[in-house]
Amino acid sequence: MKLCLTVNGTEHTCEVHPLARLLDVLREPLALTGTKEGCGEGECGACSVLLDGRLINSCLVPALQVEGAQVLTIEGVAGPQDRLDAVQQAFIDHGGAQCGICTPGMILAAKALLAKHPQPTLAQIREGLAGNLCRCTGYIKIFESVVHACKQAIDGPAATPGEPAAPSGATP
Amino acid sequence: MRAYLPDFTAERAGSLTAALHRLAEAPHPQLGPWQPLAGGTDLMVLFAAGKLPPGRYLDLWGLAELRGIEVTADYVDLGALTTYSQVREHPLLAAEFPLLAQAAAESGAIAIQNRGTLGGNIANASPAADSPPALLAYGAELELVAAHGSRFLPYADFHTGYKKTLLQPGELIRRIRLPRLPPPGPDALPAVHFYRKVGTRRAQAISKVCLAALVLGDGQELRLCRLALGSIAPLPLRCLRTEAELLRPGALTPARVAAAQAVLADEIKPIDDIRSTASYRRRVAQNLLAQLIGVCNLSLRLR
Repeated sequence: MKLCLTVNGTEHTCEVHPLARLLDVLREPLALTGTKEGCGEGECGACSVLLDGRLINSCLVPALQVEGAQVLTIEGVAGPQDRLDAVQQAFIDHGGAQCGICTPGMILAAKALLAKHPQPTLAQIREGLAGNLCRCTGYIKIFESVVHACKQAIDGPAATPGEPAAPSGATP
Repeated sequence: MRAYLPDFTAERAGSLTAALHRLAEAPHPQLGPWQPLAGGTDLMVLFAAGKLPPGRYLDLWGLAELRGIEVTADYVDLGALTTYSQVREHPLLAAEFPLLAQAAAESGAIAIQNRGTLGGNIANASPAADSPPALLAYGAELELVAAHGSRFLPYADFHTGYKKTLLQPGELIRRIRLPRLPPPGPDALPAVHFYRKVGTRRAQAISKVCLAALVLGDGQELRLCRLALGSIAPLPLRCLRTEAELLRPGALTPARVAAAQAVLADEIKPIDDIRSTASYRRRVAQNLLAQLIGVCNLSLRLR
């Protein structure tokens, strides 16, 4: 089928099989390899993107269901002149990324969470990221990164970061 | 091994009528009949693993006729394509059908809840699905639709065995109908809505056992009890014998709890599989029943 969709604000048209996974459409014809494949079965969240504003696993969505849709991938999260989003900067500053495979999906899940809950509780952060598995960080630094990202969004990037409410507890 | 794409055909259905005509077509000699595809959270997993049968798939995702939540005085109708997220976000469902809202909140995680549909959860007919026990507890009905007409049937009759249902070839689930309870007031009986899922972790886990119950009491005894469990039999199971045991007159004393637990252990048919063992599931189901009775004793002020 001829597929037309908008990714990160740019319209694309490509020829794909109707059951091709959105993940493969992004990575192959569109060469947007920031979206990662982990499990390929909707368990790990590495392939998370926003589809019409909703967080989804791109390994589970076939091409024919994204005709005419708006997709946001990690490549579209930064602003003009590669100015990093508050979530990206917080992940860098607070050790939210280690090996990096889960990071694009984790950042998109955090974006979806903050769009719904701009000041999330720890429980909301844990729920919002529960579908994204990280095998490096133990999650605490990721939760701290999300806490810092909303502080930064409120205070502005120039503000002096204060002490965040340190999340604690077991992994989700 | 991955699926081999050229073995598959798929197209979007333009309308419900067009979809039903497609599904009524005679099976293709090589590719077989058209198979419905909704949110993809089950079929795409099989597809990626090379386990989805090659053939013709009809995408229902865009069908407005299968969407929407409609509220009337007596019932709530949920379009079959209602997602778990839409269930969670609907204030009336959270208030009047909390078992369903909780089942939706505990199915997968956010990304799955944004795609997985109630109709798909029902039609996929996994005995481990989380919404069926809630639907059984609320006495849901299903509307099934085919090119030649539609019919309503009680959801309790829908599953007939492991992955076997009353859905006929060419039929789709159109909507799920939930009868509303009388509004709270001086005459309304106090109610307990109890849902508990036990899995490996709090999110993104497939149930080892899940229990949903709706119980009404009048201060003396139980007046209504609907109890259903998942992952403990080849199909989502309404536990009628255990309900009858709980509905016997008299206070729910520890001896009565033990008696009900014995009936439940006999009524369910758990198995050993990759997620748990039969003995663990039986024990957990009994523990959840005791927890339910404890909540009933507290909330319904039974004497």
